[in-house]
Amino acid sequence: MGCWTAFFLRRRGHSVTVIEKGHIGAQASGVNYGNLRIQGRYPGQLPLALRAQDQWDRFDELIGEDCEITPTGHLYLAHNDKQLAKLGKYAHEAHTNGLKVDLLDPPDIAKKWPWLGSDILGASFSTRDGCANPRLSTPAVARAAANLGADILEQTRVLSIDKNRSGFTLTTDRGMTISCKHLVNAAGAWANDIAAMFGEAAPMFAAGPPQFVTEPLPFFIVPSVQSVDGLVIFRQVARGNVVVAGYPRGPSDAVLNRAPVPPAKTLSTMHRLGEVVPALANAHVIRVWSGIEGYVHDMLPVISRSETTDHLIHAFGFCGHGFQLSPGVGLVLSELIVDGATATPLEDFSISRFSAPDWEGSADHQSEFDTPLTTQTA
Amino acid sequence: MSTVVVIGAGPAGIAAADCLIAHGVSPIVIDEAPRPGGQVYRTGSPELGLDMAKLQGTEFAKFQRVHEAAERMRASADYRPQTLAWGMHDGELFSHGPSGTASVRYDALILATGATDRTFPIPGWTSPGVFTLGAAQVLLKDQGHLIGQKVIFCGSSPLLYLAALQYHLAGADVIAVLDTTAFREKIKAFPKLTTIPGTLWRGLTYMQKLRGAGIRLEHGVELMAFDTHSDANVRAVTFRDLRGVNQTLECDAVAVGFGLRPETQLAALLECEFRYDPTFRQWFPATDADGRARDGLYLAGDGAAIGGADAAELSGRLAALATLSDLKADVPGIEMAGLRRQITRHRRFQAGLAKAFSWPVSAAAALEDPTVVCRCENVTAGDLRRAVDTPFGPREINRIKALTRCGMGRCQGRYCELAAAEIAASRLLAPLEAIGKLRGQAPVKPLPVSAAFDMEQRS
Repeated sequence: MGCWTAFFLRRRGHSVTVIEKGHIGAQASGVNYGNLRIQGRYPGQLPLALRAQDQWDRFDELIGEDCEITPTGHLYLAHNDKQLAKLGKYAHEAHTNGLKVDLLDPPDIAKKWPWLGSDILGASFSTRDGCANPRLSTPAVARAAANLGADILEQTRVLSIDKNRSGFTLTTDRGMTISCKHLVNAAGAWANDIAAMFGEAAPMFAAGPPQFVTEPLPFFIVPSVQSVDGLVIFRQVARGNVVVAGYPRGPSDAVLNRAPVPPAKTLSTMHRLGEVVPALANAHVIRVWSGIEGYVHDMLPVISRSETTDHLIHAFGFCGHGFQLSPGVGLVLSELIVDGATATPLEDFSISRFSAPDWEGSADHQSEFDTPLTTQTA
Repeated sequence: MSTVVVIGAGPAGIAAADCLIAHGVSPIVIDEAPRPGGQVYRTGSPELGLDMAKLQGTEFAKFQRVHEAAERMRASADYRPQTLAWGMHDGELFSHGPSGTASVRYDALILATGATDRTFPIPGWTSPGVFTLGAAQVLLKDQGHLIGQKVIFCGSSPLLYLAALQYHLAGADVIAVLDTTAFREKIKAFPKLTTIPGTLWRGLTYMQKLRGAGIRLEHGVELMAFDTHSDANVRAVTFRDLRGVNQTLECDAVAVGFGLRPETQLAALLECEFRYDPTFRQWFPATDADGRARDGLYLAGDGAAIGGADAAELSGRLAALATLSDLKADVPGIEMAGLRRQITRHRRFQAGLAKAFSWPVSAAAALEDPTVVCRCENVTAGDLRRAVDTPFGPREINRIKALTRCGMGRCQGRYCELAAAEIAASRLLAPLEAIGKLRGQAPVKPLPVSAAFDMEQRS
């Protein structure tokens, strides 16, 4: 989020400094599945997602580097009636927002993707969706922003932020002091540390999905595929490796910077993969990982101006689905800063929603997590 | 009744198991190989009818002793061969073997996972016909087979001379032994090497026997390339000799190696602390003098510290005694002290060997850009240098892996990590220690998806 925002601000001629406590793109940005998925999103996010996708389409031209963007399309699979209903709902929301999604029956599915296992009742396919290599993209965006004149400071931790009439003054652990008029809090799973300096917080916890990758195999899986219950999501990269993610997500440690994957979870995800793609039974898993992602209880991010402080904007807590949105978020934030407003609707992501009396976390998403959502605290 | 698990049935694991059994504890012993013995005391398939006395030579008596202990292990331990311990979590070990995928809860764990060859890229090293020193020996011991008929042994390692002699005695035409460490380094290391006079003596006799057979020995060479035929098989080695003259020697196979690297992936999963060792230019798990990483976790053999086969047996026994002691059994303190002293001598000897047969650090900076470093993912020295040169590029080995794919292949970094780190360090003008080591991840070896359909319920 930070690097894309810096990039778009520089294109508008606005000066910007990015402060990263570790390395650019090393956290959630770099270890996620790489999905540029639009279908299945919260409908209020679709305008933002479509805007973001327009930027991904132009990535090579905008940024000048390749991050292996592939127009895989995204295929949702339903294995029971409840899941079929969900697919129908997603398809309807998509159409309302201008995204074309095709619904398919078992005979069509078997014809197009004969390698899929047999317990599939229906599927929906979005051509507009794709994938990218998350490890490569964010450092590339940082380089593009730096080439346009952004100041990018790595291994620099913000210690304190002072706000007065003329703006913000930040001190860092490198000894320098930075003054600015606008501040963007894009600190991911650590964003509450920054928000707290201004008396704000979001009910967020750190977690990550179990992921793994296989050895390279002859290429046969074109789309990115996801069981709509989330138990397995997979794609095959051009080089032949199959990248896989699963549920439930496990807790990660934002303090010790660790995201361990219990072997039992790897086994259950492998099991699900073997059921959905029987041809992969002899494929070898060679690597496992997870990440430290910020999850908000209602599974929606915070993208909003601060409630307490002028010229402070929050953009964090993307609940594991921020990668695709990131150029859109960067664009929208640059508009908020330079133009004072944006045409893209953001009300659903306001940090003020948590103080509304009827706000509650979403029980629907409990199956996606190991630990009960209600016990998580900011 | 405490559950003690030993991982590895080489000399260290067998010694640990034997000691536990003698004290009334029956361990679970998990080993990947089909038969016990590890690398040094490997037995070939019985059907081959290999003459082990001939193959083991002066080590035959030890070989027999270790295999007698292995028989006791078979009789009294829960011995699980062809089984891979691939993951660890919260006091539970995950394995995969002939009876399926299992998890084992343990009270104490002894890691005796051994070591593999340490490789350094030489142009042409990924060509057919090029093997590591260890592989050349394994083929001989396991299958009674040679890697070629006209073999050049090169690199720097005490195994260089032993393997060359074994091949000579097995009937191969050993063209030459090309040692990249200068002879004067061996002289300098001599005092340290006298700590284990028997091994030093044997090493000297190997060199003498090779010379006596008219086999060319060269020291202080620089390996330039392994040249190949148009069908890609290796056909010659080009090197620069001590006088600076380029020479080419023909062959049909090459055995190359630069010492050993410990298998520490399980220790990393178990969150052992690691310490960088400047003599070996590698990271080793941190343990106390008994091999204890913490209460309940012990390391022995070459997987803990490069010590050689004798130290493996001694440290296996010591680790077992430490385990028993922590489980509140009565163990002889004097014996443990004696073992510690002997192991220290062996490890000092190995440190001397590391100087006498050195890792070619300076070759890292000189390695030409097109040379493949990560052979699984085809990442070259040039790719690594370009990556570390890039703004916001990687400065340590895990980021290097993420951005170049070096270490992302099936070998999981075993055969490229060390050289890649040296190349990065030399490019960044940083100390090797700053480049760090690859993070541990399960599975520690590739695991088939079908393993998830083969769950066995056993504790």
